[in-house]
This record gives sequence, structure tokens and C-alpha cells, in this order.
Amino acid sequence: MSGISKRYPGVVALNDVSLTVMPGEVVALLGENGAGKSTMMKILGGVVQPDSGVVTIGGTPAKPASPAAASKLGIAFVHQELSVLDNLDVAGNINLGREPSKLGMLDVPAMHAIASKATKRVGLDIHPTTPLSNLPIAHRQLIEIARALAQDAKILILDEPTSSLTPTETATLLDLIRELKSQGVAIVYITHRLGEVTAVADRAVVLRDGHNAGELAKTELTHDRMVATMVGRNISGDNSYVPRTPGEVILDVKDLTTLRHPMGKASFTLRAGEIVGMAGLVGAGRTELAEALFGITPAVTGTISLSGIPLSITSAQVAIANRLYLVPEDRRHHGLVVSLSIRENISLPDLANMQSGGLVNRAKEARVTQERANALTVKAPSVEMAAANLSGGNQQKVVLARWLALSPKVMIFDEPTRGIDVGAKDEIYKLIRALAADDVAVLVISSDMEEVLRISDRVLVLRNGEVTGSIPRCDATEESILRLAVHHD
Amino acid sequence: MTNKASLKTFLARKELGIFGLLVLLCLMTSAQNPNFLRPENLQNMARLTGIYGIFSLGLAFVVITGGIDLSVGAVFALLGVAIAMLLERGTPPVMAVAITIGLGAAIGVLHGILVTKVKLQPFLVTLCGLLVYRGIARTIANDETKGFGMAKGFEWLPPISNSNTLGIPNTFWLLILVASVLWVVLHRSVFGRHLIAVGRSEDAARYAGINANSVIMKAYIICGVLTGVAAILLAFFTNTVGPATHGNSYELYGIAAAVLGGCSLRGGEGSIVGVVLGATLLRVLQNLVTLLHIPSSLEFAVTGAVIMAGVLTDEILRRRRKA
Repeated sequence: MSGISKRYPGVVALNDVSLTVMPGEVVALLGENGAGKSTMMKILGGVVQPDSGVVTIGGTPAKPASPAAASKLGIAFVHQELSVLDNLDVAGNINLGREPSKLGMLDVPAMHAIASKATKRVGLDIHPTTPLSNLPIAHRQLIEIARALAQDAKILILDEPTSSLTPTETATLLDLIRELKSQGVAIVYITHRLGEVTAVADRAVVLRDGHNAGELAKTELTHDRMVATMVGRNISGDNSYVPRTPGEVILDVKDLTTLRHPMGKASFTLRAGEIVGMAGLVGAGRTELAEALFGITPAVTGTISLSGIPLSITSAQVAIANRLYLVPEDRRHHGLVVSLSIRENISLPDLANMQSGGLVNRAKEARVTQERANALTVKAPSVEMAAANLSGGNQQKVVLARWLALSPKVMIFDEPTRGIDVGAKDEIYKLIRALAADDVAVLVISSDMEEVLRISDRVLVLRNGEVTGSIPRCDATEESILRLAVHHD
Repeated sequence: MTNKASLKTFLARKELGIFGLLVLLCLMTSAQNPNFLRPENLQNMARLTGIYGIFSLGLAFVVITGGIDLSVGAVFALLGVAIAMLLERGTPPVMAVAITIGLGAAIGVLHGILVTKVKLQPFLVTLCGLLVYRGIARTIANDETKGFGMAKGFEWLPPISNSNTLGIPNTFWLLILVASVLWVVLHRSVFGRHLIAVGRSEDAARYAGINANSVIMKAYIICGVLTGVAAILLAFFTNTVGPATHGNSYELYGIAAAVLGGCSLRGGEGSIVGVVLGATLLRVLQNLVTLLHIPSSLEFAVTGAVIMAGVLTDEILRRRRKA
């Protein structure tokens, strides 16, 4: 791929980016969120078309005009989100879209043969008629790869394939990648887990803000080199940290259990003016915990006390009435009604204060929401703009603006900067610090280790729904957190 | 707000398309057959538009939640039979009307509970309702046609459906009243805002602290009450209620009016003015079939084609706006 450019309304996603992969080579594609990795791979996978630039496969120019066309060209894309269908069996998934048939009828024996061969290649010993819904997540991920292999992929794109895998499963997957490599498959590997890059990649191509930011040879694949190239500077410790003395305990959670982890009892406290990070592996139950505190899916057992008063948080209305707010992980589906305007999104939980006799006081609504948007410097031509058209950072500010005006006592952030670019991240961090300075108790759930270490006064680690440790900032390191987060088999 | 600006909001982009289509059809029909503009014809159309408009508006509220109500026609039969039998037994007319509308509300509550608490799909709930209510109507009426005869003791009731005030049918006045109230409810009230939010993204609404179940429940109750009102108007309009056929497939007219009027079946969108225009359009279409001597066997085909044309135009305009 060379000279690839792609523009979206308002942003240049890719500007003259090039990437080559040789057969039997694993190239890691690195970059921060929004650097253009996904767009690049969508172009290769035929999902989107570049504005300019050429894709060459085996010396001949190719135009993957659609995912089907890309598939014909031998390009297989394993997506970050699982795209297998859990209402089909293994054979049905592996053959999906390319079902062998006789006279329009499914050729089941052929499907099973193809599926068996493909599952063997990924090291899975499972029957083709096993329903996908019976398989653990890791195996589903392997089925995705098997599906790619079943179409004789010459080029395999893996987009964060290990994000939902345990360390053991990850090791298996990395072995599989080495095996495929020896079979001559060209592999593009996208990940945020730099250890995996060092372990498996032959080379890394780094993107930054839609440009080629550099290329690292095998010997240069050290953690520091990779991070420095991705960020464009050497990350130094966060100097802006000012130690604070937290106040009294605001939130006291005792033995809280959720549907997902009925056995894992979470107990912890949050103090006024304290920023507490919450780390844990995917599936540790962090989001479930946040949703229990906010009343979306109420806790199964346990007590939640706010300023010493036990509360039964059975719905979000109860949480909101007690000034406990959540900035949810999924901005587009939970945080906002994206088809509504900035104004309508900000006022949504606060309409009770902007009405008389059940009717919305539109003048007041417009004025107040404009003030709130301005206070957080939401960048938009007008508050009448649909939230859908905002950047991730600005969308997050809109969600925040909604709650900040309702004088929070406790603020819970679930992955507050996911999908947000570097500049906007800093703004979100500033806002979080400002909240703590106002004596709000803040809980920040994050899978981004750097983020947790950067903003937390204290780090809680969750494992299987249980708080396995509380580490003060001075002792918090990636290692100390991980040790508490992983299972001790 | 100046007059011009309010007119602009009143006829937002969404409604302009259907308004244009309506005007076009009226011009076309009156050019072909001058009888179209005769007062009696206009009055007759307005009378039916009033009835259709009222229940279409109720249906629209359910459609905005992302739901649907397939039972409206069967409810017409059930409530039509009910009010006829109540009056037959000498129930005080005011009471009979109240009970009938109350029954409509109760059906709305039932649908609301099944949809929000039991979490059944609205399509399924109201499909079963369609069958059940029709069956009950036929059973309690002994499958006999019920009527109001000379309306002895409740002489004031039939004229609500059949007479005019200032030359305009009472049902149309009623529609104007209902539509005005609902316009404020949908476009200006807190409940209306919550309805739009819940209809588009129930999850996001819950994360904003909105009691989504209560909002959806209210939409079904509004639909039930307005179906009750329309049922009474329709019963007196036809003056007899044959439980096996009365109101058959009226729900489809309501859904068509709602969709033509800019309600998305995915929920979260809707316009009161649009729905009224949609209901009017459907009545004009039926009138057009008669006046232009199109074989009545073709009526459904014409209606279907025009609805499809309207929805297509809307979709094309929407895509063009987006691009």
C-alpha cells in the first residue's frame, strides 16, 4: 500500500501513508487511537475506499472495492470486535458467506470438512457442529481466524486479537501466528500490547495522526522505542501531579456482588477530593460494578453508603437523586442520544429544573446548556448540532457537561478517554482533576495503564468482581497492578 | 418568535414533502372532477379525517417509542360493541362514554405492562391483542350487529360524529383540539423530550436517569385513550357495529399515516402535524379513487403505491441531506 490518503468530513484520517508486508512476515501496525490504523486496514479490507493511493498485491495493482472483493484477493480481516454469529455452529461460521452448496442446498459434509481442517490449523480440537454460543470468547476469536484461513488468506489482518484473551490464550495465539508465518502468510498485527509486538513481530510500522511516523526493525522493538515513536516524544513522568489530602469518606461499598460475578465481593471506599483509578483485566467486572453503583443493573447483594447513609440504588434515578453520576464506557449508545442535539443531550437529565407545568422552558434550556457547553469548551458551531457529528472528545465533554451542572458528589468514569485523541485526553484529565479539587469523589475505570498511573491518587484492582488491592500512587506501577489483576494459576 | 419563524417550525422540512404531495393530489383530483371541491364532499372527507387522525396520532406515540399497535381495528370492534350494549342497557350516556374510553386506556395499560415489564415485543403483544379483542367482541355481541337505533335517551351523542359546527364536522374540530394538545405534549413537554430520547435509544435514556418503562407505558395509554375516543366516533359514524368486520385493518391506516407523517418505525422521530397530514392524505386518496372512477378493486393498490411513493421520496430527500 503506498501513498494512501483518506479524508472524512472535517478530518484527514490518512495522509500519504505507505505500508508493505512480505509473505511470511509479521508486521505490527502501531499508533495511538485515531492514528489511522483502522482506516488503513479498512482500506485493505475493502470496507472503505481511499481518496488516493494504490494497493499492490504480489506486484499487481489491486482495488479491494468491497469486503467480498478483498476476500477474493486473499485478504482476510479478523476484527477487534468478535464478528462471529453465536446463533450458528462452528461450521456455519467458518463457511459463512462462502457456503459450499449443491443445487442451492447447503453441502453439509463439505462444510464440516472445511471447518475441521481450519479449526485444526488454529489448534482447536472441536466438532464442527458445536454451537458458537457454547464456546468461550478465546475460542470464538480462534474461530474467526480459522474462518480467515479457510479462505486461503495470503494476507491476514489481525486487529487487537488478544484484547479479550487470557495470558495463556494469548500465548497460544502468538504460537499460531508464528506457525502461519512459517506457512508463508503475510500478517498485519494491530495491538496496543507492546509486549506481544516484541514477541512476535518482525518489524513495526508506526502511524501518528494519519502519517507514517517511522518504522522499527526487529532489534528496535523495545517498549520505550515503540512508545516514543507512537507519541512522537519521550514520555516523561507526569509532572503536573499535585498531591492532595483527601477528605472524609463519601462512598463506602461493602461486599457488593453483581450478576456477572455473584461470588466476587467488592469492598472499597472513595473519599472527597480523591481520584481513585480502577484497573483490572477485561472481564474483571469493572463496568458491571459501575453500573451497579449507578443503578443500571442493581447490585445483587452488598451495601452502598453515601456519606454514611446506606442507599438502595435500584435505578439510575436513585443514583442521580443522590448526586452519584456515571460517564459510561459506551458514549454513542449509553452516554448520549446521538441523534439529538448537544442542547437536548445536556438538558436530558435536568429537564425537571428547566420546566414549568410540564413544558420545557426553551429559553432557559438554550441559555443554560449553552453556558455549560461553553464552560467545558465543547467545540461545535452551535448547541443545536447533533451529538453524532462531534468528535469523541467533544462528545465526552457533552456527557460531562450534563452531570457537572448537577453538583456531583461522586463521579464514576468508565473508560473516559477511549477513542479520544491525545489533546482532548489532556482536557478530560484536567476536568477530572478539577472535579477532585471541588471535593468530588472520583472513580476512574480504565484499561489504559498509563492513564490509571497518570491520574490516580490511589489504584484499586479488580479481579473476578473482587477488589484485590488498593495501591497508593507512590507504589503503583504497571507490575504491581498486573500482579493483583491476573489469576494465580 | 415571529410569525414567519413559527410557521417554519410548524411546517418543518419533514412535513413539507407530504404537504406537497397532499396539495398535488387535491389539485389533480379537483381538476379531473370538480365535485371534489363541493362542500358536502369536503365535509365528508373532513369528518373521516377527524376520526382517522385521532387514532393515528395515538398510534404515532407508540410508533415513536419504537413500538407498534396492530390491535387498533379489533379494539374498535370491541369498544363499538361495548358502547352500543351499554347504551342498550340504559347506562347513562356520560357513563357509557367514560367506560368505553376507560376500557381503551385499560387496554393501553395492558399492552404497556406486557411490553415494559414482561419485555414482550410490541408486535407480538398487539398481534395477539388483535385476535383476542376481535374474538371477545364477537362473543359478547353474539356475533350480532349492534346499533344505536333512534338514540333514545342519548340523542346528543350521534351528532358528535355526524354534525357540523360552523360548517366544519365536529370530528374535525375534535382532531384539531387533540392535535393541538398532543403537539404541545410531543414537541414542548418534558415527557415529549423523554419520549423522543427513549424511542431513539432506550439505553442512553436510562443512563440519563429517565424511567424508560414509565415513558413507554404512557405512550401506550395515550394510544389506548385515543383509540377509545375514535372508537366512539366511528361507532356513531357507522351507526351500526358488525363485530366481525367493524374496524378491520384500520390499524394499518394509522401506521401508514404515522409513517407518512415522518414517524420512523425505528422510533425516536415523529411530528404531530405530519401525522395529521398523513391521515388527511389517506382520506383524500380514498376519495380520489371514487371521484376519478378508478375501479374500487384498485383502491388498495393505489393507496399502497402512494404510501410507497411518499416514503421513498422522504428517504431520498433524507439521504440527499446527509450527503
